[in-house]
This record gives sequence, structure tokens and C-alpha cells, in this order.
Amino acid sequence: MTRIPRFLLSTACIAGLSLIQVTTTGQSPQPSQRDEVDLIIGERIGTPPSFAVPDCLTRTPDAATAEAARTIAQVLRDDLEFEREFRIIPRDIYRTIPVARSLEDLPFDRWQELGADGVISCTVEATSDSQIEIMARLFSVRSLESAFGVVYSGLNRNVRRYAHQLSDEIHRHQRGLQGVARTRIAFVTDRYSESVLGLVEDRPVKEIIFADYDGANVRRVTVSRSLNLTPAWSPDGRSIAYTSYLSGFPDVIVSHLYEGRMTRPANGNTEDHNFTPAFSPDGTQIAFWSNRNGNPDIYVVNVDGSGDVRQLTNHPGIDESPTWSPNGQQIAFTSDRTGSPQIYVIGADGTGFRRLTYETYCTRPTWSPPPFNEIAYASKTGPGHDIKVLDLATNEVRQLTYGLGSNESPSYSPNGRHIAFTSTRGSGLKQIYTIGRDGNGLSRVTSDGNNEMPSWSR
Amino acid sequence: MQTRGTTNRVGCVALVVIALWLQAACARQAAPVAPETPPPPPVSTSTTAPTSPPPPPPAAPPPVVPTELTPDDEFASRSLEEINRESPLEPAFFVLDSSELDDLARQMLEANAEVLQRYSSWVVTIEGHCDERGTAEYNLGLGERRALVAQQYLVELGVDADRVRTVSYGNEFPFDPGHDENAWAANRRAHFVITAR
Repeated sequence: MTRIPRFLLSTACIAGLSLIQVTTTGQSPQPSQRDEVDLIIGERIGTPPSFAVPDCLTRTPDAATAEAARTIAQVLRDDLEFEREFRIIPRDIYRTIPVARSLEDLPFDRWQELGADGVISCTVEATSDSQIEIMARLFSVRSLESAFGVVYSGLNRNVRRYAHQLSDEIHRHQRGLQGVARTRIAFVTDRYSESVLGLVEDRPVKEIIFADYDGANVRRVTVSRSLNLTPAWSPDGRSIAYTSYLSGFPDVIVSHLYEGRMTRPANGNTEDHNFTPAFSPDGTQIAFWSNRNGNPDIYVVNVDGSGDVRQLTNHPGIDESPTWSPNGQQIAFTSDRTGSPQIYVIGADGTGFRRLTYETYCTRPTWSPPPFNEIAYASKTGPGHDIKVLDLATNEVRQLTYGLGSNESPSYSPNGRHIAFTSTRGSGLKQIYTIGRDGNGLSRVTSDGNNEMPSWSR
Repeated sequence: MQTRGTTNRVGCVALVVIALWLQAACARQAAPVAPETPPPPPVSTSTTAPTSPPPPPPAAPPPVVPTELTPDDEFASRSLEEINRESPLEPAFFVLDSSELDDLARQMLEANAEVLQRYSSWVVTIEGHCDERGTAEYNLGLGERRALVAQQYLVELGVDADRVRTVSYGNEFPFDPGHDENAWAANRRAHFVITAR
């Protein structure tokens, strides 16, 4: 077996020299100092580099550690595959490769036979009843050098979180890419099968929940026995704004997730109703639509409810579904002012109004984050809708989905490379899917009940 | 931030209570006992607003009803849920992607206006509903327009605007769960719910 001496360094020494020490408490691992060699595992001609992620080694013999070891490798494989920057060698293929005895004792000749350019090796150790320590390294199979290493320690129950962080760090280190493995998707669900409290029976409740971007780790935002729709994350990820019928009429509610309080910045009442909030990129304002002047128009209000509500559009038609440009200077929205719903844009100061789409029926725009400059929307393509993207620099439109069920409510990932949306493909139930902005890499996020109107955290 | 809304609600509740008391005073000779089960608070009342007392019996206007039963017999002893289940108020229907009232929709609203004149204490909410073919977000706006258009027509027909609230439900609560033309037609409606009487 081929080895070079630098792999024979003791673990403690490696940790001191080139591993990133991350002590994790609760949800947010602390950023840490980087001190590793910048070894980038390059691509071979025409194909992305191939990575193998064998199951982690266990340093303690208990079942919980074994489970954590399997979970970390599986979640890491899925996360790395999601960005499509690496080709992940299927786990089935390398079952015959003997399990390494330590972090550095890898059978590199066997990995080379399988065409791996990189191998991610990790160990898991229980350090107390509830705590684990994870060490992981990325090796270049060709140069036999360590490209990257980390140590995480924290609660065993956050094990998926550590795998997500590892994926994000590998993407950043190897590809200069902001991964999305630690992002979340908020959405509307009817999975709790309750009925709305009210004078009409048998109306199903819809509640707002959020999950990790891969659908795991679900948490509830509303427990209201009412209708809750159109969630939208605040840019800092600490709040979710949504349309709620909690008081019997639709109003914009902001749930401050870590403070346990709700606010109603648009100040609705039995006559003035407010819908589909969208946070400005700096997090200080919310655009929404309201009936307060007798028909649906777009308004803007400060998130803290201070100051006046500002009316941005004033047309007897339907103006709704606002979305902010990344610099906060423009707002795109849906309007039926020409007879069919189309996408329009207006300056946040009320100037520069113009029409963007010229199709049969275009609704629910969502503006991409930088570096892209595009707007995704739902376009009626037949009996249902499909997700399309308008490139604002070239005015070219590309279609991402093609007629399988109805596809609505697009929402960009924070790196702009993916779009979450609602689709009725398959069973006919509404489910959340994600797809690459190039139309490749479809993946399903939800499966329990109907789930719709995704909002991807920043 | 809530001050204005709460004040409005308190004002409304106070007005309704006064109106109901006046009616009760005028119709004292009718005076059957109060309904056995007090109705729950109207759906549009926030939990922080004061709940109305059990309403006095409805007034008994001259029975010009085309039905065999008098209004008292029909509704006096029934809960709002029961009344809404077999509502005397008919929905107005719309064509696809439109919030315009056609002749049939106008007829329905005119009939509803007559019912509302007869039961002059009733407060209703017009719910705007859509079929599933539009997108969910757009349908919230379309449902809003349908409800507002129906409300406007009732006001033109002489119904007091304070007695007619609106709410859009988009395509969230279909009346027919099917996915065909019949179901879609049934789901494009301005639907009436009696929220107080």
C-alpha cells in the first residue's frame, strides 16, 4: 500500500497543523481560523472531479456512534451531489474496498482503480452520552496529500448539521462556492389534518413549517388552526413573514422565530386585508399587496411597523406578489392590467414602471440573488403551469419544467443555483421540489400531505 | 399598531349591540326565548375583542317570504353553523379568470339583497373563491376582486356596506374537490357566510 510519511503524523499533531477546529454548541458552529494548504483537486478534461465518501470510522463501539457515522457519510454524499460540482462515486461500487483503520490509513491504490480523484475520510467518536467529535479530511488520490481537514464537536443530535457544514466547507475550499447545505426551506403544509375553526365546517388548516433544504429536521412556525400562506424568510433567517387568517381576515404576520413573538406591520383589520409579504434585501421593509384602496395594489411598510404605509402601485386591476431586486431598488410583481396576468417591474421609489413578460399567463415572480440577474415565474403552458426564467440582461426566457403536473411558486436558493417550487407531478398532491437553474438536477423535498409555496432562506 | 383595528371592532360591536337592543325593544311582543345554544363569536372577531352577548331574538318583519315557514320558524332556533349549512344566500358564479358579474350572478346577488333586507340584522362575509387552474398566489388577488365586486353590487342595491364584509380565499377551499369543468365552475364563486344575526 502506498503511503507517504506525512500521513503518519499523529492525530493531535494534524489537528494542530491543518485541521480546522470547530467547537459546536447548539445550532451554529463558530467560524474558525483556516490554516491548511490550498490543494485544489482539479477536474479531468470534461468531467468534474470524482469523490468517494466511504462510511465514517467509529472510534467508540456504541450504536449511537455507528448510526452517526452512517448518517454523516450519507448526508455528505447527498449534499455534495446536490451542487453537482463533483461526481460522487456510488457507495455500492466501493463495498469491496476494505474499511480503513484510521483517518489516514486509506487504501489509495484501490481508490485510484475506481477512478476517485478525492476521498473524504472521517472518524466519529462519542465524547460523552450526548456529545460526539467528528474529524474529517479530504485527500487527493493522485498526490496523496491532504487538501482539507476539520474537527467538529457538539451534540450527537446535530449530526446532520455537521455533515451539512462539512459539505459547505468543502465546496468553499475546493470550488470557491457558497453551498446551500445549511439553508432551510419554509413552506405551507396541510399535513396536520386539522380543520379551520370557523362557521364553515371541514376546511383544512394550512400551517407554515420549515425544514433543512433536504426536507429533514422539520420545525413548525404556526400552530393556529387557521389558514396560513405565502411564507417569506427575512434575510437574516431569524423571522418568517406570511399571510395569515388567524384573526378571521388575511393579514401579514411576522413570526420572530427566536424571540417567540409575532408582529403585524401592515396593521390589517376586518376591512383592510394584507397578503404575500416579501422582505427587502436589507431586511428593513416588507412589500405586500392590500385591498385597502378598494382593489389589490402593491404597498411597502417598515418591518417594525414604524412610519407610513407607502402605496407603490395604483391601478384598478389586480397588482400582487411583489419581489425585490437584490439591490432593493426595484420591485417586480404580477398585474392583470392588460387583461391577463403578466410580470411588471417598478422602482421602489415608484418610477421606472415597465412590463417584462408577454406570454399567456405569467404570475408569482421571484428575483434571483446575485451574481445572476434573472426572474423566475410560473407560466401557463397548458392545463397547468411551468417554471420559466427571464434573463434581465438578454431578455431571453428559458423553461425549467415541462408539463409534468402544475409547477408554481419558484424560490431561489441563496447562491442562485437552484430553485425550489411546488409541483403536482406524480401523485397529484402538491410537493416541494428543487431544480437547478439550468433545468437539471430535480430533487424532491417533501412527501407528507400537501406542501406548497416554498421560501428558501438566505 | 393594533389600536385602530381594535377601536373599529369595539365600535362595530357596540353598534351591533345597540341595534340588536333596539330591535329587541321593538319586537318585544314576538319574544320567544333566546336560542338554546349561543352562537360562537363571528369569525371576523379577534380573540381580544369583547364577545357579543347572546343575541336577542331576530325581529319579525311582515312575512312576505315565498317559503311556507316564517323567518322565525326557519332560523330562530338554529345556530349560525346550521343556517350557513343550508344558507338562504346563494353564491354568485364567475367565468374563468374573470371577476365580472354576468346576468345570472346579478340575479343571485339581487335575491341575496332581498334576503338581507328582510333579515336586517344579519352581517355577512362574502368569500371570493377561485378554481385551481390559476396559480395559488394569483388566485388570492382574483378572489379578492370577486368578493369586492359582489360587495359593491350589494351596496348599489341598497344593502348597508357595514353589513357586508369580504375575504379572499383564492383556491384554498374548493367546494367541489374534482378536477373537471363542473368542479371548476362550482368553485369560481362569491360565497356568502352569515357571521352575525
